[in-house]
Amino acid sequence: MILQIFFLIVALVTLVSAFLVVTARGLMHSALWLVLALFGVAVLFAFLEASFFAVVQVLVYIGAIAILIIFAVMLTRRTKDDSGARLIKGWWVAMLASLALFAGLVVAMSTWPGFQIGPGAGPDPAILPQFGMDLVDPNKYAIPFEVASILLLAALVGAIYIAAGRKEGKG
Amino acid sequence: MIPLAWYLVFSIALFCIGLFGVLSRKNAVVILMGIELMLNAVNINLIAFWRYFFAGSSQQEPTRALAFVAIVFVAAAAEAAVGLALIISAYRRRETVVAEDMNLLKG
Repeated sequence: MILQIFFLIVALVTLVSAFLVVTARGLMHSALWLVLALFGVAVLFAFLEASFFAVVQVLVYIGAIAILIIFAVMLTRRTKDDSGARLIKGWWVAMLASLALFAGLVVAMSTWPGFQIGPGAGPDPAILPQFGMDLVDPNKYAIPFEVASILLLAALVGAIYIAAGRKEGKG
Repeated sequence: MIPLAWYLVFSIALFCIGLFGVLSRKNAVVILMGIELMLNAVNINLIAFWRYFFAGSSQQEPTRALAFVAIVFVAAAAEAAVGLALIISAYRRRETVVAEDMNLLKG
């Protein structure tokens, strides 16, 4: 019971801050609301007994991606952007499409028999060492893991190349 | 005890809020934030299904869902890095971060 109340509070805070991310007037406010929403998701990971991913969420999303976004906000800041219209003209079409998708997905999900199921047995505490072994096991996920690391390396090299300014007169 | 439905409805709501942001905002940085929210909704969904169906069973490979989530994390990090680099590059050439104004391949 206390767990359910706590879940509802966290979910409400996360959804409200997510809504403020997409509607806040200042870009910096959006970025800071995004940090709160990501923290809420990290708490939900902890609820789901995925302790490793709760920590990774805080480290990667809040520690790296949110800071990257704040850097981008500060590097592209103009006072004019904060005062003009921040939504496109047909924003109500986007609102209708999102609401329709929400209603459709909830209705489709609620017809599924596993919708109201309770949690099964909790994870074995030895699952994290097992997960680490599986990520480098050639018969399991070694190839996806290596592909992901090459993707990340290529993306970071590409990001540095794109964002670094060309020398004057050359580019 | 929290039913699976709560997590699913939560992640659907988070996904739709992110979708609304992506579709309706003019600023490209906020569009990227909306994409991050959508990726987070996907991760909540994956972890919830893992916890409710696969976490405790030994014959169904409980680490499979975790590998999925790890790769979604990597894809999100790569997407944020490249997306923000593109926005900064476009801002440097066109002095704008409004998605409508980024309509030329050549700066």
